[in-house]
Amino acid sequence: MDNKDQEKDSLYLKLIPYFDRYGILLLLLIMIVVMHFLQPDVFLSWRNVTNVFKQISWQSMLALGVFMVIVTAGIDLSVGSIMMLSLMILAIVAKAGAPWFVVAMTPLIAGLICGLINGLGITILRMPHPFIMTLGTLYIFRGTGNLISGGTPISGFTDEVRYLGHGRIDLTWLGLEKSQYLPVSLVLIAIVYIIFWVFMNHTRTGKWIYAIGGNPSAARASGVNVNKILVIVYSLCGFLSGIGALILAGRTDSGYPNAGLQSELDAIAACIIGGASFFGGRGTVLGVFAGVMIMGILRNGLNLMDVSSFWQQVLIGSIIVLAVYIDVLRRDLGTRK
Amino acid sequence: MSSINQLLLEAKSVTKYFGTITALENVNLKIHAGECLGVVGDNGAGKTTLMKVLSGLYKPSSGSLYFDGKKEILESPKDSQELGLEMVYQDLALAGNLPIGENIFLGREPTKNLGFIKLLDFKKIKELTDAHLGKLKINVKSADQKVEELSGGQRQAVAIARSTAFNAKVVIMDEPTAALAIKEVGKVLDLINSLKKTGVGVIVISHRMDDIFAVCDRVMALFQGTNFAESELSKTSRDEVIGWIMGKK
Repeated sequence: MDNKDQEKDSLYLKLIPYFDRYGILLLLLIMIVVMHFLQPDVFLSWRNVTNVFKQISWQSMLALGVFMVIVTAGIDLSVGSIMMLSLMILAIVAKAGAPWFVVAMTPLIAGLICGLINGLGITILRMPHPFIMTLGTLYIFRGTGNLISGGTPISGFTDEVRYLGHGRIDLTWLGLEKSQYLPVSLVLIAIVYIIFWVFMNHTRTGKWIYAIGGNPSAARASGVNVNKILVIVYSLCGFLSGIGALILAGRTDSGYPNAGLQSELDAIAACIIGGASFFGGRGTVLGVFAGVMIMGILRNGLNLMDVSSFWQQVLIGSIIVLAVYIDVLRRDLGTRK
Repeated sequence: MSSINQLLLEAKSVTKYFGTITALENVNLKIHAGECLGVVGDNGAGKTTLMKVLSGLYKPSSGSLYFDGKKEILESPKDSQELGLEMVYQDLALAGNLPIGENIFLGREPTKNLGFIKLLDFKKIKELTDAHLGKLKINVKSADQKVEELSGGQRQAVAIARSTAFNAKVVIMDEPTAALAIKEVGKVLDLINSLKKTGVGVIVISHRMDDIFAVCDRVMALFQGTNFAESELSKTSRDEVIGWIMGKK
């Protein structure tokens, strides 16, 4: 190999980490530009952009929870059911006439408890894989939600309860028009994602979550209480699903039996598209956000262009396969054999 | 007696049963400061069980452990770590997805306070890592390099560096050269020698006579869970030690 080749090679190798870290954002940017050219009047309008954020609001909570679980090399199939059960409990408590702050707290506590059940089941019952425990609770939680509500929708919440999912922050004081408001759910997404970014990257617990995904026996040998961390992770995942339920309550003004049906698959898809590895230890909070956005924009853009939802399914599936294939290629290049 | 010969750790008549199986029977072991003890034995001779007893992973069925002359009962590996005993595991026990520095400090990361929240102090991790790797003369491109990007020998060096980053007095190494390319074995053996010079007591479990004779001062053989033979290295030979492993004196 002559010098020129070597230089080219090393430049290429130097670019890999950046591509690794920001490649997904590049993809997101490309999608936005393409959509803008396809739908120049609508796509980047205030109304449509806020719409996208409102649509992804509760999914982004589930995806963030599932992401932490995937980093530990686990999986949580029950997030959609946790959200549905939390939503049903919220609806029942609201119908019973509880004050709004009690109503708003119930899905968070219910979600946390559901997640705790998952975590304890995986660690104490020593399930061979989290897939099994959370597959079980996928059915258990949704069944419970239907049992307590009789399988019928319960509608009508107060404005305070609906604030996170339905609230608007007025921006007329900035000289904007009345229709150009900021959805509260967008601000909530930003706050929650920043908190969890700090948690995953700048705290010891976050580091240990990555270490468990990288090599659980290394974490154990270093004195990390692996089971305790796993219980925390699954509990937080349930808690985030509870936040999702609160947002959904605001958006739909009702608790309904089909809430969050199959949304665990969307959450997993967003994580995978965002670069989280199923083998654990790999992935970023920013990547998950990009994954959620890509799925949201894809659905929104295809809806704007009147493409059938069947095509949406085909496209999202293709993107999952493509994203993971890119990850496989990256692995071949980046890791020393 | 000079401090270099100070007795760091002693195991007295350690016995360990697993159900009806006797893994160890009345095994004794001593390790002094600045000394390297080689532990040899065939598969199933009880080497690994003995090391797990020393590190607190297993509780002995009977017998006792003395750290610095004081009798201690270990409830978990954390207890032995606090007493200055560290293990370097055969599977290296490193998280490949984390950088070198974060592996070295895994479980004991330095933090800084931001209000009431404790955040990782990455600057301190890097400084301490650079200083520690420098002390042990371990060469890596950067402390921020991920462990999965390192060669087998570099990984072993990082594992050894991790075990000694917290003022360890005794380091136990399980087959430290087993997974390495030949050219890297020498570097790891050099590292063990420089550890000895810092006053650490090193216990090396190995099948490789070359390793034992390159770094150890004393060698002991286990056979079917018992002390079979023990000698100063200078007073024995390869053939004799190989004989011990097979149960011949």
